Amino acid sequence: MGRVSVAPIEIERTESAEETFAVPEPDVPWVTLVHNDPVNLMSYVTYVFQAYFGYPKDKATRLMLDVHNKGRAVVSSGTREEMERDVQAMHGYGLWATLSQDRN
Amino acid sequence: MGGVFEPLEGGGAAVALDEIEISILRSLAVQLLELIGPGEPEPAEDADPLAVLFAAEGPTEPPSDPALARLFPDAYGGPGAGSGEDPEELRARSAEFRRFTENDLRTRKREDALAVVRSLDALTPAGDGAAVLELAGELPLRWLGALNDLRLTIAARLEITEDEQSGELYRLPDDDPRKPMVMAYLWLGGLQETLIETL
Repeated sequence: MGRVSVAPIEIERTESAEETFAVPEPDVPWVTLVHNDPVNLMSYVTYVFQAYFGYPKDKATRLMLDVHNKGRAVVSSGTREEMERDVQAMHGYGLWATLSQDRN
Repeated sequence: MGGVFEPLEGGGAAVALDEIEISILRSLAVQLLELIGPGEPEPAEDADPLAVLFAAEGPTEPPSDPALARLFPDAYGGPGAGSGEDPEELRARSAEFRRFTENDLRTRKREDALAVVRSLDALTPAGDGAAVLELAGELPLRWLGALNDLRLTIAARLEITEDEQSGELYRLPDDDPRKPMVMAYLWLGGLQETLIETL
């Protein structure tokens, strides 16, 4: 193996590749979704929204009713890391939650 | 089985339990502990720190048992996730999330169930085996979590997947083999509901 300097070419290629990959992911916020299930009590779901998110009772109740009637509700939004934390907390409480990027 | 929690003056909650109720609650909590499984053993003091770090990582696949799968669901995907999402990407993200969170979740749920067993074992029943259980400090919330996990687990065993089915289960004939579990499920629901009211 000779000591031919291929490094500059490599670096150039990497830079151009990064540029094309960096663009398509826009700064779209993430959301935590709580899904309806037939087991969790309405009072319990409301309690969790109050206790964990600190939502006032009327907001917590409205979100709980959305979960119950519409099948799911967005309960928080933020960065992906923040939403992973919220989803983990919801799983801790036994609520069925997922996170996704809000494309609406 | 008519036990309901009532608020204690100065905070906390209390419920009167008879001998059978104490024994059923304890047995259910022990079964939940067995389902969740033992915790990770404490690493030896001279253990390789890097090996300990990797050993602490959790699983990447969802549990095959339906009850455990409900207690430890996937974090990515599910209904309403958006049709544009790549299923492979969602699976990979769920696996990564699970690897770093499931052990902690299991620990929390194990501690909640253990708290139930310990508070029942600390009771001093009267001659007829009945006792009043008083929960204070962190115990009401530990019980709340454990009661919810128990109901989720029993519901998975009873295959309760839709709201309507609960109505059908209320009307099971007495000789149906599911009847005792349904009775326990409804009773736990009453305990949980009244415990929430005391918070």
